[in-house]
Amino acid sequence: MSEALAPRGLGRALETFGAWALAIFWIAPLLYCVWTAFHPPEYATKFVLWAPLSIENFVKAWNAAPFARYFLNTFALVTMVLAGQLVLVTLAAYAFARFEFIGRDIAFALVLVQLMIMPDVLLVENYLIMAQLGLVDTILGIGLPYFASAFGIFLLRQTFKSLPKELDDAARVEGAGVLVTLWRVYVPLARPTYIAFGLVSVSYHWNNFLWPLIVTNSVETRPLTVGLRVFTAIEQGVDWSVITAATLMSCGPLLIAFLLFQRQFIQSFMRAGIR
Amino acid sequence: MSKARATIYGWLLLGPAFVLLAAFTHWPAIATLYHSFHSTARRNRPSVYVGVDNYQGMIDDPVFWQALINNFWYAVGTIPVSVALAMLMALWVNEKLAGRTWLRLAYFTPTVLPMIAVANIWLFFYTPDYGLFDQIRGLFGLRATNWLGEPGTVLGCLIVMTIWKEAGFFMIFYLAALQSMPPNLAEAAAIEGCGRWTFFRRVTFPLLMPTTLFVLINAIIGAFRMVDHVVALTAGGPNNASMLLLVMIYDVAFRYWDVAYAATLTVVLLAILGTVALIQFVVLEKRIHYR
Repeated sequence: MSEALAPRGLGRALETFGAWALAIFWIAPLLYCVWTAFHPPEYATKFVLWAPLSIENFVKAWNAAPFARYFLNTFALVTMVLAGQLVLVTLAAYAFARFEFIGRDIAFALVLVQLMIMPDVLLVENYLIMAQLGLVDTILGIGLPYFASAFGIFLLRQTFKSLPKELDDAARVEGAGVLVTLWRVYVPLARPTYIAFGLVSVSYHWNNFLWPLIVTNSVETRPLTVGLRVFTAIEQGVDWSVITAATLMSCGPLLIAFLLFQRQFIQSFMRAGIR
Repeated sequence: MSKARATIYGWLLLGPAFVLLAAFTHWPAIATLYHSFHSTARRNRPSVYVGVDNYQGMIDDPVFWQALINNFWYAVGTIPVSVALAMLMALWVNEKLAGRTWLRLAYFTPTVLPMIAVANIWLFFYTPDYGLFDQIRGLFGLRATNWLGEPGTVLGCLIVMTIWKEAGFFMIFYLAALQSMPPNLAEAAAIEGCGRWTFFRRVTFPLLMPTTLFVLINAIIGAFRMVDHVVALTAGGPNNASMLLLVMIYDVAFRYWDVAYAATLTVVLLAILGTVALIQFVVLEKRIHYR
């Protein structure tokens, strides 16, 4: 709402109060998690201002599971998926945006099917396929179903279509081939879309759980989310401080990246959402 | 460029993506349908065509109906609240309230966390005796409750977690819509002496309709697709009280290795998602647009 109808006086004060109350309520679970992780266990439910800070919980969590390996796996997974997606999605989006080929409309409809039926829903059949390909318990097996992202193709096709076609013709006159035109003209101009797609993709695959849980069964391939599951158990005498430390550690890099580049993150999610 | 050349280039460019798409989306969807009409292969007993036996078995299975009903209540519990909260958050962030960057940060941050981390954080609140909820209840002399262990409370607990995670995500879409709204609308309304509430009810809310539809579609898909926290925390229990369709598919497939029954259940899930897609398509064809 614009300035003209912005709240004034008491109304404004009340709304500001409401907005802040909701915000504090909303962030409280996470702040609690941070509190518990950085304090000795005896302060897990005692909120004393001068409670001693400690990173002991992180050390314990780090030693309780092979987190270094999990981090490596998640990094490998996220990088591989993004790299694969960027190549495949760019080529496909270019085909849809600039070539009037036979079967284009049917092909595009078939691509859009994936927006509704994502690979995570077809986990049984995809598992059987991975078994046949011998890719069960490999990082490639976790990532492969996501390489051809319909969402990415759709997003990038929109961007490519919005670029003036004259650029294309100009490049062709210069003697540039199809791939050179794509690489020199389209890719640089679509940078904001790439950033948006990249951030959404990285967050998604950093956080993905169910499919990696199914397709992996060893420490060498498990990503962080699956490794973290060990800590999710309703048992008597569980050490909450260690659980919260492990939880924070697993989403740490993504969370820190988000806090640092908040604006870009939110704008990327916005851009990706408007289609 | 001639049509023939365009066709060659087009398919060459599309090829790699299309092969993977066919392998991991189209083929599995067809295979699911195929398997749902066949029996599960067991040792010494290969898979055979069984007609609609699997479907008959599903209809007779009380757990299937419970999963479906649970999924319905889970959707009804999460979607309206998270969408309404998302709209409220977006309106507040869009106004120039004091510290709105911080507000936006607070609302959005849960969205960045993996669902499994959200599960861990909320697990503490729900733990009997020691957990935050029971400690607060303890102050009022109420007895301890096993929030995730009671059939009556478990679904509600999962709904609360989901709302917490999703509302900030939906807020983004509303925020994008609000920011693209022309400011002269509010100026005109102010000159006409229109109040804030009337303006919201008569102008903002209807203009947000396409966004609301988009968010609703996403929320419905999410309610059937996002089950990480259920798998991690309750695995559908206790006594199937938190069994959702996808959790059941996971259970049937990877605990009992009954591929045929899992495929049958997946067909139902695909049918639901397909219906949602169809509704979206039909409504979008009509276009809820006021400009």
